[in-house]
Amino acid sequence: MKINIIIFGQLSEVLGENLVIDNIADTESLQQALHKKFPELANYKYVIAVNKKQVTVNTVLKEDYTVALLPPFSGG
Amino acid sequence: MNKNILYDRYQRQMILKNFGEAGQQKLLQAKVLVIGAGGLGCPALQYLAAAGIGTIGIVDDDVVALSNLHRQILFTVNDISLFKATCAAAVLQKSNPEINIIDYAERLTTQNAFLIIDKYDIIIDGTDNFASRYMINDACVLLNKTLVYGAVSQYEGQVAVFNCPDKNAVNYRDLFPQPPKENEIMNCAEAGVLGVLPGIIGTMQANETIKLITGIGKPLINRLLTYNALNNQIYELELSANAETRALIPKDKTAFEQTNYDWLCSATIDPPEIDVVFFNKLLSSGDINIIDVRELDELPVIKEFDHQKIPLSQLAENFSLLNASAVVAICQSGKRSLQAAKQLTAVFGTSKKIYSLHGGITVWKQQLAKQLL
Repeated sequence: MKINIIIFGQLSEVLGENLVIDNIADTESLQQALHKKFPELANYKYVIAVNKKQVTVNTVLKEDYTVALLPPFSGG
Repeated sequence: MNKNILYDRYQRQMILKNFGEAGQQKLLQAKVLVIGAGGLGCPALQYLAAAGIGTIGIVDDDVVALSNLHRQILFTVNDISLFKATCAAAVLQKSNPEINIIDYAERLTTQNAFLIIDKYDIIIDGTDNFASRYMINDACVLLNKTLVYGAVSQYEGQVAVFNCPDKNAVNYRDLFPQPPKENEIMNCAEAGVLGVLPGIIGTMQANETIKLITGIGKPLINRLLTYNALNNQIYELELSANAETRALIPKDKTAFEQTNYDWLCSATIDPPEIDVVFFNKLLSSGDINIIDVRELDELPVIKEFDHQKIPLSQLAENFSLLNASAVVAICQSGKRSLQAAKQLTAVFGTSKKIYSLHGGITVWKQQLAKQLL
């Protein structure tokens, strides 16, 4: 199963720009996989959106779903 | 205003479908506060003043620096070391003498925020740091003011409309409940920013504001738009209100005034968890509030030392009971007390020493039993 991952802001410096992670059942397992692969991610706060909707609870991922990871920006 | 001037100056937008004289009148009656006259604030201010917003407030305690000029194009080299709010007000007033511009060349703090923000209908956040952003968000929630948020980093920007009067209104804390840790996210001074980017994002903030006032189009209410200047990709996401985040916002003006946002946003350490030995030392020191944050009917009952019973769910209403210079939160296992300590740390900052008893009353009683054997 393939999901698309979009990474914003300074998170792309941690996760790289073209992240491919397959066979992930839900957002919680995605987070676990990411934190395992990129331990530095633990230092960052970010929002998870699935198919352009912010999610705050574990959400099932299906083929071709798009997950976005957005960190806060402070600059002005 | 003289009708001829009105029609001349605003003719190009007044002939727009759905805008008309009615839309222009709404703008002239509107009061908009722009906080931060920097990269985001400058373009927002220029377009809002030009569009005929009747009253514009500008808050900024900073002065113009040479490194500002690549993106803050309201200023010139002659303005260097002068207050941004004052300079901006002077330029805007020249471009549109018919509107009312009020400059506040002072820092927005928890002490003046209510007074200033309350006078305006819509607040634009053009600040450059998390402490101000969380403070402005919380003040807007408490005062029921619509907040037009914008922020930039390097080549990317974010825009959203928060707290628009609506039962499902989303605010900044629904997106990011707690401020990031210090050094987690770099600001423009550290990370850099392409000058035109805040120009685009600040202009979008002005556009959202005009749409909100005139009632045209679909403002980004409860939505976050991100824009990437390198590839022109726009990503819009739907935000959802989160009941838990409401507890993170001070409950009233008094609690707001006591919140230390600077500290909140620079804190790198969690409130310390203390062991039984240190706890016993504190017990004998005197100037301390010990609070049991368990529910009132939970066992075992603590008879061994003086304490106050304030269940975690009622903590926010009872900050005033804490009058000592140190507070230790305790509960059954040390989990809820840590949560309580975090809440207290956010409110009291460095003004009180806040602790949580690791292992809770369970471990404390076990140790006591061992000593008695």
